[in-house]
Amino acid sequence: MSVEYIYPEFEVIRNENRCICCRVCERQCANEVHRCDADNNLMLSDESKCVNCQRCVSLCPTHALKIIKSDCALRENANWQNDTIKEIYKQASSGGVLLSSMGNPKSFPVYWDKILINASQVTNPPIDPLREPMETKVFLGKKPDKIERDDNGNLKCELPPQLELSMPVMFSAMSYGSISYNAHASLARASKELGILYNTGEGGLHEDFYCYGENTIVQVASGRFGVHKDYLEAGAAVEIKMGQGAKPGIGGHLPGAKIVGDVSRTRMIPEGSDAISPAPHHDIYSIEDLRQLVFSLKEATEYKKPVIVKVAAVHNIAAIASGIARSGADIIAIDGFRGGTGAAPTRIRDNVGIPIELALASVDQRLRDEGIRNNVSLVVGGSIRSASDVIKAVALGADACYIATAALLALGCHLCRTCQSGKCNWGIATQNPDLVKRLNPDIGSQRLINLMTAWNHEIKELMGGMGINSIEALRGNRLMLRGVGLTGKELEILGISHAGE
Amino acid sequence: MKRVYAEEKWCIGCHLCEYNCAFANSGESDMAKALKNKPVFPRITVEEDNKITYALSCRHCDDPICVKSCISGALSVQNGVIRIDKDKCIGCLTCILVCPYGAVSQGKNGVVQKCELCLENSCGEPACVKGCPNRALVYEERGDDK
Amino acid sequence: MKSYVIIGNGVAAAGCIEGIRNTDKVSKITVISAEEHPVYSRPLISYYLEGKTTLENMNYRSESFYKDNKCDVIYGRKAVSINDKSKSITLDDETTVAYDSLCMATGSSPFVPPFDGLDRVENKFCFMTIDDTLSLEKALTKDSRVLIVGAGLIGLKCAEGILGRVAKITVCDLANRVLSSILDEECALVMQKHLEKHNIEFVLGDTAVRFDKNTAEMKSGRNIDFDILVLAVGVRANTELFKNLGGDTNRGILINDSMETSVPYIYAAGDCTEGNDISLGDKRVLAILPNAYMQGYCAGQNMAGEKAEFGNAIPMNSIGFFGLHAMTAGSYFDESSGGELFEEKTDNGIKRLYTKDGLLTGYILIGDVARAGIYTSLIREKTPLESINIDKLYKNPSFAMFFSEIRRKKLGGVI
Repeated sequence: MSVEYIYPEFEVIRNENRCICCRVCERQCANEVHRCDADNNLMLSDESKCVNCQRCVSLCPTHALKIIKSDCALRENANWQNDTIKEIYKQASSGGVLLSSMGNPKSFPVYWDKILINASQVTNPPIDPLREPMETKVFLGKKPDKIERDDNGNLKCELPPQLELSMPVMFSAMSYGSISYNAHASLARASKELGILYNTGEGGLHEDFYCYGENTIVQVASGRFGVHKDYLEAGAAVEIKMGQGAKPGIGGHLPGAKIVGDVSRTRMIPEGSDAISPAPHHDIYSIEDLRQLVFSLKEATEYKKPVIVKVAAVHNIAAIASGIARSGADIIAIDGFRGGTGAAPTRIRDNVGIPIELALASVDQRLRDEGIRNNVSLVVGGSIRSASDVIKAVALGADACYIATAALLALGCHLCRTCQSGKCNWGIATQNPDLVKRLNPDIGSQRLINLMTAWNHEIKELMGGMGINSIEALRGNRLMLRGVGLTGKELEILGISHAGE
Repeated sequence: MKRVYAEEKWCIGCHLCEYNCAFANSGESDMAKALKNKPVFPRITVEEDNKITYALSCRHCDDPICVKSCISGALSVQNGVIRIDKDKCIGCLTCILVCPYGAVSQGKNGVVQKCELCLENSCGEPACVKGCPNRALVYEERGDDK
Repeated sequence: MKSYVIIGNGVAAAGCIEGIRNTDKVSKITVISAEEHPVYSRPLISYYLEGKTTLENMNYRSESFYKDNKCDVIYGRKAVSINDKSKSITLDDETTVAYDSLCMATGSSPFVPPFDGLDRVENKFCFMTIDDTLSLEKALTKDSRVLIVGAGLIGLKCAEGILGRVAKITVCDLANRVLSSILDEECALVMQKHLEKHNIEFVLGDTAVRFDKNTAEMKSGRNIDFDILVLAVGVRANTELFKNLGGDTNRGILINDSMETSVPYIYAAGDCTEGNDISLGDKRVLAILPNAYMQGYCAGQNMAGEKAEFGNAIPMNSIGFFGLHAMTAGSYFDESSGGELFEEKTDNGIKRLYTKDGLLTGYILIGDVARAGIYTSLIREKTPLESINIDKLYKNPSFAMFFSEIRRKKLGGVI
């Protein structure tokens, strides 16, 4: 086919007065956008290859570069929008399923942004976190419903296994394979330093990271890649992944090209073979089946580690969560429809699942209604973007949040959403050694620590404003939230009043 | 004494150290003005070995053969730093002949140049280290120093 | 307290002073200097004539060098004899200087062949010292025709130095090529052509048989007219003083790697010596400035009681004319002597690497001389070629030739 229907999406604007032809843009672009015309001492660009990852912009020492969205546009049409038309062209050209990465970018409502937080005035004093102690520590796991005493009247102190977090945030599952060794190293080191946990995803655990086991959640997913006894024992908790917010109802597919070297060894599959995680766990068709796996894993880890069941937020999430809470799981993780991914079919990512805010509110309410809220802790993810999102999630009933996209941003991700190409110029979503080495974990872990430290300061300030000095006291405290611009139904599901009420 | 060390594991071959070096020693306040359309004379070199890259600059040897070999007395050791007096240097290149690290090079006007740790230019600390995007260059003390 | 004496006040002497002071900060050092100048760098004399340096900048060390190092310098006096029994030196004013340990840093002198009629030439100069240079400079005029006898390092640097100040320069040499001591014919031709581009005329494979006042009569029968004659045939090590004492000499004062001579308490360093050349595996006079300093420094250390060795001396030269540089180092073994040659030629340059017995023994670089020191150190350190990547060695001097473990070691610590 000779006609190219896909026009460059971006333009590389080079300020020729500033460009010194140092070629750093050329050397740093794995997509080969830039090249040097040495005869004329001039840098040239092939914009059709640009994904707008901003690596060149960031490294250009004279700030001579910027990438802008091309204003070459098709005729405006509210129904047939540019992106829709381009997708048609792509599929007409390839005949394939469209693939995308990271979270759903469409303009669905973001409920976090329609919820406002309370603050104390006059009758109940706010607390200054710089003067007063503030507690952000949380414990995840099954909690007893009532105080029990033995025959001598002493308190029974034995608790089911708990995870201790210094703040109500963890790094959610990203597999070694979907992200690089150095990205994993950054997450692991930061978690240890911060006193929180990160999650292996379904890629197994590289032997170099066993030393971070106390800060690691090891995942067991439908492909069971990389699962063995030492792996289960290495982690602080085991997570059964039933679904993922970015692609509920489907499995995963890491192409054979990425199953090389350590990735192959860690996943325990041959080099070059596709790593296909099936859509379902083939041994789980009911809550009873799930219960079997939960207890198999508890058995394997001698009941010392909490078991997490992770599901995507879908239509009857409350009923699903209720089932999980009865399956013996210690923690339920719910992933909203904005959650990220290294690769997912575009149609699925953009059209399947529900917002985490609504899912969380309905699950928390349902478990309370059924009197089983203490059976489990709730962890939510799927686009937690800031400390205020964390506060709102906790007030809606979450014990802790999972973040991944925010963590990747801290590592340098610019959300160009082309992880599926494997050519991540920031060394995150790639296995190419030349690209992987661009992420120095010394820097990466420090940036993650900085981000979490900053969030924790903000969490304390927001708590203090509400007159709350312990994050535990905020959990499910929906009185602290008000909605703006929401319908009666939305407010009802969220269990909050409208602002002004 | 603090020296510049390269960590080849983290070097991404961007060559920014070379340009930051040339800029820091240019005496100009704007990089584009300093380096645009001009030959660049960095005192640090990025070497490439297949896919491995690493930057190399003066090691500031404890027993520097360049200083011992300098025929004009232009090279000297001052507080451990090997300095070059550009007025004295006559460009005989004997230092290039002897430096085991290839860390001395010919600069503008034929006289030689070498890393002086940016101690007296506008940067004040090694510009290569300061500008390295991946901490592949570090400025630190190592080993048994006198 | 010891008494150190150094005969000579060149770069080897400066090295010796600094070597002694590395350990012994207090004992007396006496320097006997025939020249009336503080230590200066002799190779700079051509740069002085060229205007690239000044008399002040030619000083090898700062003004306070002798004072800072607590040295007594006896200027304008020559040592005429040494008595190793009484450990004393007699000077030409018949005073004596006693020593506990002595360093011979007597350097070398220009060798002037007994040309017929040389005494009739009015304006004739050697090109070795500041005084030679200043008297040559005085004689130079815009119209001078200069004949330089000797197309070695000294003769050619002289030609470069005076080029802009005279009308015509002719260089003759008995050898059939320029720089015959360090370059083969092909390489020499590259340098010669470059010099010819700058209007330096060469008469090679020919020598003067007799001189008249302003004319050299050549062996070939050709006559060359000149106004100024520069004699740069070669140098000879100043060994006489030591020879008279009964010390071992050959072409220079024989020394070991500790700079010790055959006479106890007497060390020697610099152009007057003949020491080990590790690239050759034999002794050789290595009359080059870096060796002079390093030998001097080593001698000084040992005189002060350290146990120092300078055991990796090699011949090496960096020489450039009008922007074209040539670097050479080590020894060149041809195939008949078991050597192997790698050669690469470009438009304006030549690279020759000589290897033998699994070692790099020597090289010639013309044109691109960047980072040549990496090659030099392979020769000096006798780095086995099997421990490096040969293709990368041949490509260009870089640390890429070392395997990464060795490289990390070399670059990772204090050196």
